[in-house]
Amino acid sequence: MTKIMEKNLMNKMETMIGAKALMTAMEKEGVKQVFGLPGGANLPMYDEFARCDIRHILARHEQSASHMADGFGRVSRKPGVCFATSGPGATNILTGIATAQADSSPMIAVTGQVPVAMIGKDAFQESDIIGMSNPVVKYAFQPRTASEVPMAVRKGFYIAETGRPGPVLIDVPKDVQQNEAEMVFPDEFQIPGYHPWTDPDIVAVEKAIQMLLHAEKPVILAGGGAIISSAFAELQSIAETLMLPVVTTFKGKGAFPENHPLSLGPIGMHGHAEANKIMTEADCVLAIGTRFSDRSVGTFEEFEKRLKIIHMDVDPAEIGKNQTAQLAVVGDVRVNLRIMVKLLLQKAIKKTDESPWIKHVKETRSYWKENLKLHPGEMGAAKILRKLRELLPKESIITTEVGQHQMWASLFYDVIQPGTFFSSTGLGTMGWGFPAAIGAKVARPDVPVVDIAGDGSFAMTENSLATAVLEDIPVIVFVLNNSSLGMVAQWQRTFYDRRMIGVDQKSCPDYVKLAESYGAQGLRAQSMDELDKAIKTALSSDVATVIDIPIDPEEDVLPFVAPGTPLSDMILPS
Amino acid sequence: MWAILSILVENKPGILFKVTHLFRSRNFNIDSISVGITENPDYSRMTITTYGDKKQVDQIVKQLDKMIDTIDVKHLDEHKTLYRELSLFKIKLSNANDSMEINKIANAYGGQVHNVKKTSIMIELTATPDQTNAFEELVKPFGIIDVARTGVAALQRSES
Repeated sequence: MTKIMEKNLMNKMETMIGAKALMTAMEKEGVKQVFGLPGGANLPMYDEFARCDIRHILARHEQSASHMADGFGRVSRKPGVCFATSGPGATNILTGIATAQADSSPMIAVTGQVPVAMIGKDAFQESDIIGMSNPVVKYAFQPRTASEVPMAVRKGFYIAETGRPGPVLIDVPKDVQQNEAEMVFPDEFQIPGYHPWTDPDIVAVEKAIQMLLHAEKPVILAGGGAIISSAFAELQSIAETLMLPVVTTFKGKGAFPENHPLSLGPIGMHGHAEANKIMTEADCVLAIGTRFSDRSVGTFEEFEKRLKIIHMDVDPAEIGKNQTAQLAVVGDVRVNLRIMVKLLLQKAIKKTDESPWIKHVKETRSYWKENLKLHPGEMGAAKILRKLRELLPKESIITTEVGQHQMWASLFYDVIQPGTFFSSTGLGTMGWGFPAAIGAKVARPDVPVVDIAGDGSFAMTENSLATAVLEDIPVIVFVLNNSSLGMVAQWQRTFYDRRMIGVDQKSCPDYVKLAESYGAQGLRAQSMDELDKAIKTALSSDVATVIDIPIDPEEDVLPFVAPGTPLSDMILPS
Repeated sequence: MWAILSILVENKPGILFKVTHLFRSRNFNIDSISVGITENPDYSRMTITTYGDKKQVDQIVKQLDKMIDTIDVKHLDEHKTLYRELSLFKIKLSNANDSMEINKIANAYGGQVHNVKKTSIMIELTATPDQTNAFEELVKPFGIIDVARTGVAALQRSES
């Protein structure tokens, strides 16, 4: 080592405790806020909030803190950070970590741990969170000495946000937080077993173009990967150049403007009828960033019959996992779609004429737009969500909870500006939407953020109202309240001969009073006029607002493809 | 299909747990597993044998490759691979001739004889799993007291 290098290294070294090193390393990563809850084992890290510029946002439950970080991460595309203490604090964030992993969301979860010497002794508030979280993290670190902390943070952020994003856990024993060490904050590092794909595959993209040109009934299936990589412009350009109808997965909802004439919306269990119809008729699919989940494709065997699949994904392990691809294009989907746009331009390929396929697609689209039977009442789900769409600026961000309201949002709320719709699609975590909306609002304070909720899901994390009010994060919770666990009730009506067990929530609590008790605004809308007023009031106020909208508990989400059946077997409204 | 996977991993605590956990959570089988340090003390090599159709084995390889702690994952072609496992057998001796008979069988399989006592004998065998199974069948009639098998270790043969 030369003298100059030695000197540089010495200059970079600073003596400090592990907790301060963690916060310093996070500041270097650009972290502006942490969502969390303090406890015995993470107090040294909490103490550092007094001496740094990172804002702490207090959650009321660690699970909510992790969903807030998740929502922040999905919207900002930078890892959201959540803090929890050891033991129950750590186990409480497991659901949030698993949710982020299932939806490839970048997240850093920092947990306190009992001191190194106490690990394995069944100490108070000890949990083996490294072991428990193993199948649901992208990676986990447990620095055993203070000097390892900066590298764990640096590598953790790199792993969380590159390739297929995901959650990274950093579990920090209390003595590691407290001990002093000479700290080096590394710029460069090596992870020998981690090589996220970044290069385009030009040969494969060429082949993909040929397959699409030679197909009679080609279609684009855009998944969550198209949103994660922000491939919106490329996707639209390719669809318009090759005249390809676009269906999405539910996770990919809004990767493509849903008011576009080539847009058919999401496929799947509660997909749009027109999307499921066209998907099952197609002979070639350009699948962009999707893992072909069972909820999207119905049955694996039926879906891939008669269908040539071009599978673009950043994760090579997704190729051939659920569906057999005729052509794999591995790499960042945006990078490869960009190459496709360029090649199409170079070759001057532009389809303008309406093929019989496109004519059929457009007819199918308009048929179902006009003829899908809706709930006859004034306060039917479709009318409510279309009213919300009408009044919200197009750049507004939507999160959803999990259940009937989520699927109604998928069916009846059109995403116009790509990348403004987020939901727990993989794990299906009830209670995700509201805290995620808080995280989203922190990432984008300039746009309205609305959590489309049901009363069942909202009940799971409603105490995040305290965070929204006290931390001044004015989101809107839009509760389609059917006084029940509606999706479960629908399955009991459909598959269990109307034996309704464990689904009746009655009108408890009163969400208007609940909101008010937290200092939030509570509004109830029992007619379209009241709804119109309530949405406008919520949009113009600077405090978190809950809009409680009582609806018919018997309303089903339709169309419905029963689990284990192909997309062609849709149950339609009668 | 029986498959031999050779997995070069970082030599850190917890990796064996992660690899075996992956097999469990993805519903794959482990037929045998052996782990040891390599010439580079930073790395260990795991040799896992498994069963599955081609699609499943491809998926196992991809999922293992995706793991950040794995440096290299190879599905070895058993025809181009040297693979062996070490087994120790403790076998009952009941009749006067048993010891000689077992010795003969052991010799045929290249086994080593150890710990010859009045009522038992131990054999050390280095062989392929098929050979070991065949040996086991042959000595079964004498009465096997205990068996310990290490699982397969494997390396690809050089081409030239």
